[in-house]
Amino acid sequence: MSTSRLTHLRQLEAESIHIFREVVAEFEKPVMLYSIGKDSAVLLHLARKAFYPSPVPFPLLHVDTTWKFREMIHFRDTIVKDYGLELLVHINPDGVKQGVGPFTHGSALHTDVMKTEALKQALNQYKFDAAFGGARRDEEASRAKERVFSFRNEAHRWDPKNQRPELWNLYNGRVRKGESIRAFPLSNWTELDIWQYIYMENIPIVPLYYAAERPVVEREGMLIMVDDDRMPLNDGETPMMKSVRFRTLGCYPLTGAIESTASTLPEIIQEMLVARTSERQGRLIDKDQAGSMEKKKQEGYF
Amino acid sequence: MDQRTDTVTAEIDVYLKTQEQKNLLRFITCGSVDDGKSTFIGRLLWDSKLLFEDQLATLTAESKRVGTQNGEIDYALLLDGLQAEREQGITIDVAYRFFATDKRKFIVADTPGHEQYTRNMVTGASSADLAVILIDARKGVLIQTMRHSYLVNLLGIKKVVLAVNKMDLVDYDEAVFEKIRSDYHTFAEQLDFEEIIPIPVSALKGDNMIGASKAMPWHNGSSVLDYLENVEIGAEDLSRPFRMPVQWVNRPNLDFRGFSGTIASGTVSVGDEIVEPASGRSSRVARIVTFDGDLDEAIAGQAVTLTLEDEIDISRGDILCATKDRPSTADQFEAKIVWMSSEPMLPSRTYLLKLGTGTTAARISDLKYTVNVNTMEHMASKKLELNDIAVCNLALDKAISFDPYSEIPATGSFILIDRFTNATVAAGMIDFALRRAENIHWQSVDIHKDARAEQKGQKASVLWFTGLSGSGKSTIANLVEKKLHAMNKHTYLLDGDNVRHGLNKDLGFTDADRVENIRRVGETSKLMVDAGLITLVSFISPFRSERQMARGLLEDGEFLEVFVDTPLEICEARDIKGLYKKARAGEIKNFTGISSDYERPENAEIVIDGGRISPEDAADQIIEILERRKLI
Repeated sequence: MSTSRLTHLRQLEAESIHIFREVVAEFEKPVMLYSIGKDSAVLLHLARKAFYPSPVPFPLLHVDTTWKFREMIHFRDTIVKDYGLELLVHINPDGVKQGVGPFTHGSALHTDVMKTEALKQALNQYKFDAAFGGARRDEEASRAKERVFSFRNEAHRWDPKNQRPELWNLYNGRVRKGESIRAFPLSNWTELDIWQYIYMENIPIVPLYYAAERPVVEREGMLIMVDDDRMPLNDGETPMMKSVRFRTLGCYPLTGAIESTASTLPEIIQEMLVARTSERQGRLIDKDQAGSMEKKKQEGYF
Repeated sequence: MDQRTDTVTAEIDVYLKTQEQKNLLRFITCGSVDDGKSTFIGRLLWDSKLLFEDQLATLTAESKRVGTQNGEIDYALLLDGLQAEREQGITIDVAYRFFATDKRKFIVADTPGHEQYTRNMVTGASSADLAVILIDARKGVLIQTMRHSYLVNLLGIKKVVLAVNKMDLVDYDEAVFEKIRSDYHTFAEQLDFEEIIPIPVSALKGDNMIGASKAMPWHNGSSVLDYLENVEIGAEDLSRPFRMPVQWVNRPNLDFRGFSGTIASGTVSVGDEIVEPASGRSSRVARIVTFDGDLDEAIAGQAVTLTLEDEIDISRGDILCATKDRPSTADQFEAKIVWMSSEPMLPSRTYLLKLGTGTTAARISDLKYTVNVNTMEHMASKKLELNDIAVCNLALDKAISFDPYSEIPATGSFILIDRFTNATVAAGMIDFALRRAENIHWQSVDIHKDARAEQKGQKASVLWFTGLSGSGKSTIANLVEKKLHAMNKHTYLLDGDNVRHGLNKDLGFTDADRVENIRRVGETSKLMVDAGLITLVSFISPFRSERQMARGLLEDGEFLEVFVDTPLEICEARDIKGLYKKARAGEIKNFTGISSDYERPENAEIVIDGGRISPEDAADQIIEILERRKLI
């Protein structure tokens, strides 16, 4: 229920904190999936608020595909150290053995092996029964119906036709052994809410979100940053220095940059307010066909 | 920073300051696709410029591929999310949509109008501040309009926008609108709405959606968005008495003990006297702690951590309350419930009830009547099916604190959870506490269970034999009892068939009656154990939850489940009473193993392979286990 005296960001904040506390109170072994992006930054900030003055009572899990931007890894390690958090990093050893990567195996297989499979491996290995994620309902059509507590069976599969109804703020946190939930405290936040909150609360984010001169090549209409020397260049392709920034962060070969000069948060928010494309457009993974996210999600991709 | 950056920063600062004044309105839209609901929501998203170019491109492409609007933009596609639904052309759930104006952020619960409407609409309405009820101007007030209004009212929504849509198709005729308005008012008199705002609109053409319609100069009221932006909401939450369900006890170190939770209603200030009503323990608020510093006062909706002046025992599930205005504390209450599961509700089956942050075992002790959502008529009923709405009494296994839903929704609402599937099976809204009419208090007596058992030189326990008809469970139970008797033990055997001739002769074989059958036997065996007896129960008892219920009546270690695991083919081949033959011929309905399920035990203490070993060997095995467990 709304209260007229709370602003919308304060209300969203309080509702997210409520979700964090419910999960921690009702589950044995929660974890927070930490992707290092701006949504993760907000999620982590809310987690610190939820349990203050206690420390965050669960570890962060980063599923590292080994193709993240170097600046992301650096940022991750700094944050973990500064806030005194416990970080678990999981890399799919089978994928590493087979040398799976986006250039050699294509984006679909790479994501499947290094992200979806890797995540399942980590969840099984540590036996987490609840995993916080930063997904929002406004991101993509199939997510508009996602629950805050999203139930997963023993194989981590999501059944969109068999979800528990969620009423009021009463979440049903009961699972059998081996089953788990994904909890989404940011369900009701929009991209604009996220940026406004980052600004209002002064939350640190990876510098890649700010415009800077970076080496990029243009492929399939997307600007791909040459982040390290693993990137094979096509004939006649030379990286150009352009002022770019990223609206979303993932594996660098799969994440498109946008040309921009927005180097401060206000400028980013201003650019966002006049934006003409949604943030997921920068992701190659969504382009296969409509409904591709839903398929990925049923298989266990976040 | 250069000058341009400075200007942007200053502008954005101003912008963010205005944004900080924004609040949040949640509403639900009720109506079917035929009423133009999808177009209505699509129009609000469209006009608030929430659609990006790439989303629009996808929408246009999809409209051509699977759309129903002859290649024109089909807003229904924008609102559907799941591919399976899209291909079948149905929406099966609640979807949440977001849009914002300079004044407010909006969350729209979009619920479909097909046969699952009750479950979905109740879900969507549970968190809504107001409802938009759509009516097709050509059709007027229909049965579904009444159904939607009834459900919205049931969930306590007080403000309703009556959007009379498709006015363009009735030539923007004021008389048509007036008739619908008057019809609706007449109907709505029996409901508790505080404010009904009728607006004539054309979602397709945009009339009276954002601004005043030129086509309907006769309409003096506001447009849809005008009203949504300006309507006052949530003020009542602050004037209600203080309630905060404790979510989590915050103990970073020995010097700090705080109670974390979201304030459900009212306000709280440092120095306020608060009470935990179930125990009556009270104290004063010492600090209101947040990450951003301590507060002097906190209000409904805020998530805080309270510390108290005194060390009192408070844990998750307790509700901190204003001392002067306390909730009810009782173990029985009357409530309205909405059944949300395809598994029917069976009276006497125990469910888990979650209210606030506490979870308690509960059963429906008296199903008074169900309500027909179309006619609002009351009907007698013995069980509840998916989408049924009922008024009933619930009995809990301990007293909890709560308020009537009409007074404080946050501490008057609950969900019921199935203990085995863990599914959320019902939503409930409390009417009032019940004082026990019979006032049956458990007599505490001086001679207790242990004393009685000790006198007999044994430990009291229940051996619960479960298995298919013809599995050999009664034969084995008989042999076990004989052996125990020979060992000078005091026993009693409760056999399914015998009990059905006496105590339970009023019960049939429907699922509901089977549950009651087992409940009575469970209670009887509990009394037998209290008398100090080794009690043998031989019942098919096909449902896991009922066996669990019987187990729950006894203390740990007192209940031993003996699963006589004989394959159906063998039981059927034996067919001692000729029942399988009759069941196969369809002469007996609900026969376990044939036309009714047997849910195999997952954690039985004793499993007998009834197809392989003789009853005599099985009985010896059981005696041996009882000795090993030091029960005899």
